[in-house]
Amino acid sequence: MTEGTLKPQSHKPTRRDFLLLTASAVGAVGTAYFTWPFIDSMNPAADILAQSTIDVDLTPIPEGQAITVVWRGKPIFVRKRTAEEIRAAEQTPLSELIDPEADQARVKKGHDQWLIVVGICTHLGCIPTGNKPTQNRGKYGGWSCPCHGSLYDTSGRVRHGPAPLNLSVPPYAFLSETHIRIGTDEVTHG
Amino acid sequence: MDSITKVIRWIDYRLPFFSFIDHELRGYPTPKNLNYWWNFGSLAGITLVIMILSGIFLAMHYEPNTKEAFDSVEYIMRNINYGWFLRYLHANGATMFFIVVYIHMFRGLYYGSYKAPRELLWMLGVIILLLMMATAFMGYVLPWGQMSYWGATVITNLFSVFPFGESIVEWLWGGFSVDNPTLNRFFALHYLFPFLIVGVVILHLIALHQHGSNNPLGIDRKEPRDSIPFHPFYTVKDMFGLGLFGLVWAYFIFFNPNFFGEPDNYIPANPLVTPAHIVPEWYFLPFYAILRSIPNKLLGVLCMFGAVMILFFLPWLDTSKVRSATFRPYYKWFFWGFVIDCFILGFVGAHSPDHIFADFGNLSNQTLGQLTTAFYFAFFLLALPLLGIFEKHKPLPKSLSEPVLKKSIIVLTLLTLSHTCSAEDTPSIPQEKWSFEGPFGTYNREDLQHGFQIYQQVCSTCHGLKHVRYRDLAALGYNAEEIKAIAAEYKVEAIDEDGNVIEKPATPIDTIAGPYKNEKAARAANNGAFPPDLSLITKARPGGPNYIYALLTSYEEVPPKEVQIAEGMHYNPYFPGGQIAMIPPLNSGVVTYDNGAQPSVNQMAKDVVTFLAWAAEPELEERKRMGYKVLIYFAIFTGLMYFLMKRIWARVKD
Ligand code: FES
Repeated sequence: MTEGTLKPQSHKPTRRDFLLLTASAVGAVGTAYFTWPFIDSMNPAADILAQSTIDVDLTPIPEGQAITVVWRGKPIFVRKRTAEEIRAAEQTPLSELIDPEADQARVKKGHDQWLIVVGICTHLGCIPTGNKPTQNRGKYGGWSCPCHGSLYDTSGRVRHGPAPLNLSVPPYAFLSETHIRIGTDEVTHG
Repeated sequence: MDSITKVIRWIDYRLPFFSFIDHELRGYPTPKNLNYWWNFGSLAGITLVIMILSGIFLAMHYEPNTKEAFDSVEYIMRNINYGWFLRYLHANGATMFFIVVYIHMFRGLYYGSYKAPRELLWMLGVIILLLMMATAFMGYVLPWGQMSYWGATVITNLFSVFPFGESIVEWLWGGFSVDNPTLNRFFALHYLFPFLIVGVVILHLIALHQHGSNNPLGIDRKEPRDSIPFHPFYTVKDMFGLGLFGLVWAYFIFFNPNFFGEPDNYIPANPLVTPAHIVPEWYFLPFYAILRSIPNKLLGVLCMFGAVMILFFLPWLDTSKVRSATFRPYYKWFFWGFVIDCFILGFVGAHSPDHIFADFGNLSNQTLGQLTTAFYFAFFLLALPLLGIFEKHKPLPKSLSEPVLKKSIIVLTLLTLSHTCSAEDTPSIPQEKWSFEGPFGTYNREDLQHGFQIYQQVCSTCHGLKHVRYRDLAALGYNAEEIKAIAAEYKVEAIDEDGNVIEKPATPIDTIAGPYKNEKAARAANNGAFPPDLSLITKARPGGPNYIYALLTSYEEVPPKEVQIAEGMHYNPYFPGGQIAMIPPLNSGVVTYDNGAQPSVNQMAKDVVTFLAWAAEPELEERKRMGYKVLIYFAIFTGLMYFLMKRIWARVKD
C-alpha cells in the first residue's frame, strides 16, 4: 500500500547502515546513562553514608555481658567475655562446628576479651537473646534465637539449628584500649 | 523459521501484541507531508513518561507533611544522589510539558485538526490539558514554599464562588485553611493524575489511529502514495526533534534551573504572611489574567474556567469545512492574532493589576487585560462561526502528492515575558561580578573560606544554616580534621542515658543550626524581627547574590529626610520598605583573615555572599560539569539523527 511512494531502495546500503548503527548506539548509550541517576538516587544518601561509622566506649560494659549498639540500622553486640567463655570458645574443635571458623579469627589480636558481632540471626533475621546472663543463652553459652531455635556459642558461632552461618563480624578497629570504631578496619586519626 | 519467530507467532496467535505494534507503530500509514509542527505530539508523550519516572523517584524521598515537606525537598537537593538532577528535571519538565502541549494545540488550531472526523480526538486532548493543569497545580504545592501555599489558597478559593462554595472549599482543604490534610491529598492526587493522563492519552491515540493524522494541507488522503509508513520515516524525525528538545530542556536543568521558578518558593510556607507579588506559574498566566481582568468575582471565575471549557466546543464553533489555515486567507490572520493575544494575556498576568504601561500611552494593565480577554472570547464566539460563513477559501489541492510544504523550526524565545516583575520603590540592584556566575563559573575557594569565617564570626550570632551539614564544608577545602574541629565548636542537644536533655559538641553530620531554639526566642531577641535561616537566602530573594550584596553594603547611617525610621530599625534602601531590623553586620575590623588582612566592607560582603551562594547551591559546580556532557551528547545525537533522517527521507518522492 505504501510502497508506491517510495523510490526503490538504492543498493548502496553501507553508509546508511553505518549511520543507523552509530545513531542507535549513541541513543542506547544515552538511555543507559540517563537511567543511572534514577538508580543511584535509591542508594544510601550522602548523609547516611557519612554516618557509616560509630565510636563505642567499652568502659561501662561489665564482664560476662554484652551491650547492643546500632550501626547502619543494625544491632551490634559488643560482649566482654569471661576467661571461661574465652577458653570454651578457643577449645572447641573446628570439626564440631557447622560453619568452621577459629575463635582467633573472630576477635582482634590482643583483645580476646571483646567479641563484636552483628546481632542478626543468620537464619531469617531475628535478634538472638543472651546479652545479659539472665537471658536465655542456650546450651553453648552464647546466644539463642527465639524464632526457630538456633544456638550460638561464646564466639558467636552457630552450633545448632536452622541458621547456616556464624554471626558475622563487622569491620571495626580499636581506637584505644577502651574505644572501638565500628564501620572501618583502619584507624584514621581523630 | 527460527525459534524466536516461532515464539513470537505462538504469543501473537493468543495475544496479538506483536501484530499490534507492527500495525500501529511500524506500518501505520502516515501522511507524507507532516511538517515539524507534528513533532510535538510525540515530544509530549516522551515528556509525560519522563515526568512520571522522575516523579516516582522523587516520591521515594519526599515527605508529604507540612512539617517535613520543605526540608525534605532540600534534603533531596543536597543529600540524595543526583537528587538535584531529578528535582530540576521534574520542575523544569512541567514547563517543557506545557510548552510542548501548547504548541501541539496551536498546531491543531492552525491546521484544523479538530474538525470532523477528529472532534473526539481534540476533546480528549482538552481533557488531557485539564488533567495536566490540575496535576501541575498540585505538584507546585508539594515543596511547601510560600508560592506553593498561597497558590493553593488562591486557587482553591476560586471554588467559593459556586453555590455551597464555602463547603466545597472546606472539603477541598479538609479543614479551615490549606494545611496538612490538603498537602496530603494533593500529594496522593498528584501521584494519581499522571496515570489518568496516560489513560486518556491511550484513548487519544486510539482516536488518532482511527482516521490517521491530519496534515498541513488539511485534505484527506486519497491515494496510497499520499501515505508512508510511520517507521522509519517519522520515528527518525521524532528522534531528531527529541534531540533538539533535549538540548533546550538540558539547558534549563543544568544552567538555569530556577529560570521559571519564583524566589519566594524557597521561603518555607508561612500561613500568616502573603508574598508581595503572587503570580502563578507561567503556563497559567493567561487564565489568571482573564480572572483578574473581570471586576466581578463570580464572572471572573466563570470566564477563567470558560476560557478552557470553550475549547471543547471548538469543533462546532468553527463552521468552516476547510481544515488548514493555509487555504483560509482571513482565518490565518485571526489565528495569529489569537496567538499574540494569548501572549499578551500571559504578559498581563505577570504584572500586577494596577500596573501602568507608560510607554504605551499610559495603558493600564487592567484595560489591556479586558481588551485581550474580549478578543480571546470573540475569536471563538464571533470570528470562528462567522468566518466559516463569509470567508472564501483558496482552491484546495487535489491530493497530498501535489504540493509538499517545507517549514522550518521556530526557536522558542517567547518565554521571557513572565519574568518582568520588578520591585517598585526599591532602587534597582547593581550587578556585581561573581566567580560562580556564567556557564563556566565555579566558587572561588578562598572567597568561600573567608565567607565562612565571616558567617561564623558575624552572621551565626543570629542566623542558622540548617540545610548545611558540617561535613558539607569539605567543598570549601577543609579536611576531615578541620571539619571535626569546626563542628566541635558548636553544641547540639542530645538525650543522655538518664533521659536528660544535655548539650554535646556537634559532629560533622550535624546541621549548622541557628542560635535560637525557636521562632519566638529569635523574635524576642531581635526586636520582633525573625532572622531567616541563610541556607537558601541567595535563591529565596529576587536578585539573588546581587541583592544580598547590595543589602550588606548599603546601610546609611543618616536616612533621607523624608524617611521616618522606627525605633531599633536601620535605613537600607535595598530592603523592601527601606527599614531593616538587622544592625549593619559588616564593619571594617570585625574579622581578620588568616593571612592577616583586614578586609574592607565590600570585600567581606563579596566573600560572605559567595559563601551563602554556595550554601544555597552546593551542587552548582557538579551541575554545570554534568550539563556540558549532556549538551554535547544531545548535540551529537541531534546531528546524527539529522543525517539519518535526511538519508531515510531521500527515498520519499515529493
Ligand atoms: S531467625 Fe533465628 S532461628 Fe530462624
